[in-house]
Parts: sequence; C-alpha cells; structure tokens
Amino acid sequence: MFIFFLAACEKHRPLPLFTKPSSSLHHRLSPCLPLSPLAHFLILHPSASLPAATLSPPHRTINLRQKHRKVSLGFFFSQTPYFWTSTRWPASELDYAIYLAKKNIRKQGELMEYEKERYSVLHKRINHTWDFVVMQAREQLRASKQRRKADRIVLECQEQAYWLINRPPPGVHNVLDVGLERPNNFSARVTLNSDYYKNEIETSRRALGRNRVKSSICLEGFVKYSEQYLNHDPIMQGCLPSNPWISDDTAHWTMNADMVPTPTRLRVERWSFSFMELLEDSMGRREFMTYLEKEFSAENLCFWQACEDVRHGESSRIVEKVEDIYKNFLAPGAARWVNIDSKTMDKTLEGIRHPHRFVMDDAQMHIYFLMKKDSYPRYLKSDLYKNMLAKAIVPQETKKSVFPFMRRQRHSSPSPAQAATQAEDGQAKGAGQAGTNSAGGSNA
Amino acid sequence: VLNFKYRGSPLIPEMATQEVQLNETLAHLKTESETLKSKLEEERAKLHDVELHQVAEKVEGLGQFVMKTRRTLKGHGNKVLCMDWCKDKRRIVSSSQDGKVIVWDAFTTNKEHAVTMPCTWVMACAYAPSGCAVACGGLDNKCSVYPLSLDKNENLAAKKKSVAMHTNYLSACSFTNSDMQILTSSGDGTCALWDVESGQLLQSFHGHAADVLCLDLAPSETGNTFVSGGCDKKANVWDMRSGQCIQSFETHESDINSVRYYPSGDAFASGSDDATCRLYDLRADREVAIYSKESIIFGVSSVDFSLSGRLLFGGYNDYTINVWDVLKGTRVSILFGHENRVSTLRVSPDGTAFSTGSWDHTLRVCDDCYFLSNLTTLQPRVTFLVTSCNVCCFSLFFFFLSDLGLRMRTQRMKW
Repeated sequence: MFIFFLAACEKHRPLPLFTKPSSSLHHRLSPCLPLSPLAHFLILHPSASLPAATLSPPHRTINLRQKHRKVSLGFFFSQTPYFWTSTRWPASELDYAIYLAKKNIRKQGELMEYEKERYSVLHKRINHTWDFVVMQAREQLRASKQRRKADRIVLECQEQAYWLINRPPPGVHNVLDVGLERPNNFSARVTLNSDYYKNEIETSRRALGRNRVKSSICLEGFVKYSEQYLNHDPIMQGCLPSNPWISDDTAHWTMNADMVPTPTRLRVERWSFSFMELLEDSMGRREFMTYLEKEFSAENLCFWQACEDVRHGESSRIVEKVEDIYKNFLAPGAARWVNIDSKTMDKTLEGIRHPHRFVMDDAQMHIYFLMKKDSYPRYLKSDLYKNMLAKAIVPQETKKSVFPFMRRQRHSSPSPAQAATQAEDGQAKGAGQAGTNSAGGSNA
Repeated sequence: VLNFKYRGSPLIPEMATQEVQLNETLAHLKTESETLKSKLEEERAKLHDVELHQVAEKVEGLGQFVMKTRRTLKGHGNKVLCMDWCKDKRRIVSSSQDGKVIVWDAFTTNKEHAVTMPCTWVMACAYAPSGCAVACGGLDNKCSVYPLSLDKNENLAAKKKSVAMHTNYLSACSFTNSDMQILTSSGDGTCALWDVESGQLLQSFHGHAADVLCLDLAPSETGNTFVSGGCDKKANVWDMRSGQCIQSFETHESDINSVRYYPSGDAFASGSDDATCRLYDLRADREVAIYSKESIIFGVSSVDFSLSGRLLFGGYNDYTINVWDVLKGTRVSILFGHENRVSTLRVSPDGTAFSTGSWDHTLRVCDDCYFLSNLTTLQPRVTFLVTSCNVCCFSLFFFFLSDLGLRMRTQRMKW
C-alpha cells in the first residue's frame, strides 16, 4: 500500500484558540506567527471518493500529497482546524501509535515513562499493522522536515497539546470527560486580602440593618401565589385547547399570540393579578393605554415607556432620548406634562444635565406607583376591562383521539429573526413564511 | 523576638514587625467578619416563626406526576452544556463541549442555525429577547453576540461581536430586558454588566470569593436586581445599578451550580453539588426550605420553576430529573431518559414544557403525561381498547386452533 500527503487549503474559517490544560502552552500557541504555505492534514473517510490508485488500510486512508498549495491567509491563527474537537475526529489508537512512533524515531528515548508503557501496549495490540504505523511515522517526519522550522515547531506543539488532552498522563484530570477542575480552596481565585474582608464586613453590617418580614407572612405569600396561578400552569393543569408539545397542534400559541383580535379568558384574568402582569403583556398594555386615554392620563404610561427605553436601550442614544423626554414630559408647559412631586422633579432635572442610563429612575418609579395605586384598580373595575373579560374566548379542549399516539404533522413557524429583518427591509424575504424549515443557515 | 516565618519577610526588623501587624490586622478583620455573620444568622432566625411545610399543610397534595419526553434533539457531537429558550416559546439555543452552538426549532426538531465557536467548552449561551441574536461564551473568557441571519449563504461567525471580556472562563450569561445589555458571570469571581453595542463595561460586581457559576435576573417590578451563585457556597443578590451586594446567603455545603428566581420574584431556588436544592426568601432574608432525600447523593446541575412556582425541576448528575413540590417539600416525580448527567434545564417561557440538555449529546423537551396522570377520565377508553385488543387476539387464536384441529381431522380422515 502506498500513502500520499494531501495538502489542501482550508476554506475561510474562523480560527480557533486551542484550549489547553496548562496556560504555558497557550502562550506558546498564541497568535504571533504568520504562516504561509501550510500543509493541512486531511483524513479522508474511506467512503469519500478517491483516485482509484489508493489502497485503504483497515480503518482509514491517510492521503498525503506532497504539494503545497499557496494559501493566502489574511489572518494569524494558533491552531489548525485539524486539531479542532468539533471536526469530530475521535482520537484513535492508530493515530496515537503513529504519534508515539514519530516521537520515538525523532529522538531515541524521548518518550516519557507512561508513553513508553503505552507504546509497548499498542505495539502488542496492533502488531498486524505495525509496519504501516512505522511507515506513516517516517513519512510524516519526512514531510515535516520540508516545512519551515517555525511551522514545524508550531505543529509539533499543537500535536503535543492535542495528545495531552486526549491521552492524558496517568493521574492527570481528563479535561474532556470531567470538565474543568474547580479549585478546592477558594483563595486561588480571589485574593482574600483586607479589602475583601472589609467589603464582607460592610455587607454584613448593612444586612443587619435590614427590615425583615416574618416567615409566616412570606410563606403565606407563596401559597397564595401558587393557588392563584394554578390554572395558568400548563404542566400542572394542562392548557386549552391542547398542549402543543403533546398534540403537535400549535393552536394554543396562535390563540395567545401578541396580535390577536380576541384574547383568551385566562390571559385577561391574568391582567388582574398584578400591575406588572398587565404591563408585560403587550395586548394588556394597549388596552390600558386606551383606558388611560379616556381618563386623560395617558401621558403617564407614555412617560413610563420612554423611561424604560432609556434604561434598556442603546448607550449611544441615551442623551437624545433623555432630551426627548424632557421636551415632551418634564419641561414646564410640555405637551404631555407628567405630575411628579417637586422633590423628585428637582432631582431629575438636576440629573438631566449629565444624562446617564439611570437618570430617570426615580421619576419612573414615582409614575409607576402612581399608576399602580390609582389608575390600575380603576381599570379593573371599568367597563372596558369587564367587556374584555366577557368577550374573551375559552377554547374548546380538543378531544383526545382514541389513538393518542398518532402523530400529526408539525408545522414550522417564521423565525423571530426573520420577522425583524422583514420589518427592517419592508419586504418579504425569500425564505418565505411557512417554509422556514429548510436546512437553514447551517454553517457547521 | 522577631518572627521570620512569613514568606518574603524582609530582614529589616522594623518592616518585619509591620508585616506582622498587617497579618494580625487581616486575622482581626477575618474574625470580625465572621462574628458579624453569625450575628446576622441570629437576627434572621428571630423572625422565623413557622416552616414552609407547616404553612402548606392546608394545601392539597399533588398526585404523582408522570413526565414524558416529547422531543429529542439530536445533533450535537459532544456534551451539551447550556441551553436557553426563545421568547417565541418554541425555539432553543444550545451549546456544547465541541464548540458548536445550535439554534433549533424544538417543535419541529429542525436545526435553524449553527455556529462553530473557536473554543471548546461553550458553557454559557443565551437567546436575545427579540429572538434576533444569541450570545455564547466559555473557555475563551469572552461573551460573543451573534446576530441570527436567515441568509443561507451568510457565515454567522463573520458578524460576531465580542462583548464581554473576563480574566477567566465565562460560566453564565443572560440578556437583560433588551438586546442591548448582557449580564455575565465568570470563573474569575466577578459578574459584569456590558453594553452590547459598544462592548463597554457598565458595572462590575465583586464579592464572591471564588468562581461564580450561575446567575438569574429578577422578575421584579423595578427590574434592578439579580442573584448569583458560586463555588464559595454563597448566593448573592446584587443591585445592578450600584454594583453592591444587597443580600448574601451561605447555607449550602458545596458549590452552587444553579440559581433561579421564584416567578413572583420574592424568593429564589439554588441547586448545588451537595445534592440539595434550597429555597431562599428575600423578604424574610433566610433559607426557608431544603429539597433533598437520603437516596439522592449526586449534585444538582440546574434548577427551574414551573410557571405557577408550585413545581421545582432539578437536573441531577445521576442522569435523572427530580420534580419537587415547592410548598410541601416532597418529590412528586422522577424522570429518567438521559444516558449521562443532566447539565442544563429550563422551563419554556409559557410553561408548557421544560427542556433538558445532557452530556449524552442530546436535548429533550418533556412534559406531563396527562394520559397517564389523568387515567381516571380516560379509563373507559383504556379498558375499551384493552378489552377489544384482547378479544381480537383470543378470537384469532381460537380460530387458528380450530383451523388446525380441522386440518388434523381431515388429515386423519385421509389416512
């Protein structure tokens, strides 16, 4: 049998940082070498179509063709994709034997104790292909000699690191199987110096001064909460018309979508549980806004929404957003002036001079609690809410089929990412509505 | 007599005494800190007048739940380390040890996107609230945000944005209420809040003495706090705005692997390597429940609540998932199915199912098996099915026998 060397140039791929058990290796492998014509090893699966002249050994064909193709690498890298774990190349015994043989040939007696043992064990085990192993080792060594010294050293390091991970020396923690070693004594991570203890003391002092609530009250709270939400918990009580994961029917999700003409009864009931529930549901928020408009206090909700935007939005637009808020809500004589107490108003106006993300927090909280104490209870008693509750649908439970194990066809849904890009471009993307279950942008 | 036993102590006598003084001050601080902590525990115990299971006595008990796997997501080549749900209630992002991050439509089990990270052990991944991006990170000490594009030809990795930078591995990440900010926790003992757009550090949180392994954002009205758990057995509650630690709980006996808020935001649960899950109440400022059993000796890797907060799901390192009744403290179900340890568990945003990821390379979406749990209502149908099957089988059997008998008789007659 004969062996070739295949040097293929990898397609443009993000370059990996090879992760290591020890940090010293990492520094050696850090991106500092621009490498041009580079030979990549490529292990071809026996089933891949090869030129007819190869004979494959039992496991695989290693094709090595001594031809360096010019690879224009516009980037530095520290690990060839060959050694990536994600290429799913399990480190086999044969390859380990080749590596050890190479090491042996290169420098007699360079093998460590445990490596010598493993070498002899492997020699016994795969004696039948030992010629192949030695020949491969010799070929690889010869090919490596043809490379530039820098490249050779880097590849040798990478190979050594690879085998350190996949065949760890005895007694060393196998990183791949068990994961990262957690430090036993925690002084390894954070220095327990006087600053740390001072911090701890301060935290404890502050905690001592906290107001605590009696356990009985808090625990009653849990009981009440669970009871209130029991009917809304699909895992405990099931959901109408049916749980999509069980019946393969997405009716439950379509009925509870954001833009739906009539909401379900459970959903409308949930708005009465707490003010936060009402605001979190976009439909609930809209209904509340309609109500506030009738009461001529819609500016409160608008102000609250604008403050949320400042708190969670892009850093770069904070200044302009705060200015907008001031113009619309806080400036004297503003179109939608909000009623905040004078202390908070003064503090906020002071803060607006140097706007930052949290500058509107106090005002926002004031308006939030105002709405919660005043407008929210009135909304729940209003006709608007009562009508909504009466109109709300209670979906019929889908009859359980006699053969519950017959599977229905599962339809895919448009990805939220698609919805966002559609909104951006203002045109329907080619991927289409119901057809997003195509192979998708798989970039493996 | 001068003491030279301290490492690096100089030979100059005055400086040696200084160092002795410093070390004494450190010891002094340490004892002061410990005294304060025990005083705090005493204060906390004063207002503890009743246990949770006592309060829950009047609550109706839950029957046995039977959980069933509804979907199995296969496609990762190695251990699944982390997962997160999308707000659309059906999509999932998951990351694994081999560096792959996959976005699935769990309902159809199709893979929609796949990204190959340059590092192995991607221990943290999160879905953006808008559903347009995912964040992930691990041993590369960074958290990177990938905007999800539906263009098949587009290389997702090309648009990657490096947001967070720690000095040790990234253990958990989470978007706050919008796509613009990310909260991360790291093995370097700190948590940090980052601005996605600029990559700037907005706030850092120091206070853990060892690796921080998990974090969760509070669903509270003011939305300003989060809890983190670490290898120093502490669970800390932080104020995102000031960076201060508001509350700290230290009752676990080993590393805390996972923390999750109770749906109301008044409490949180934690799962730890000491094989227990514990519930901490924030208003009472103490631990209020322990969920453990003598037969469970393997650590908990992740916890989550059902929508009503009545059930607590825990993924364990003994390949099982235990479901606890939060109020009564008893176990209501145990789910088998994974062939290696369960590394991550999350309940879907609308509570219809929960998903688990495991070291056996798969993710599973599981649910309550109403068919079996509600056997009483379906009993007539079940018995009908069973009896009809039996009748068919027996009748076939009898026909066969009689046929055979007939044949034999005809045979005999022939003879």
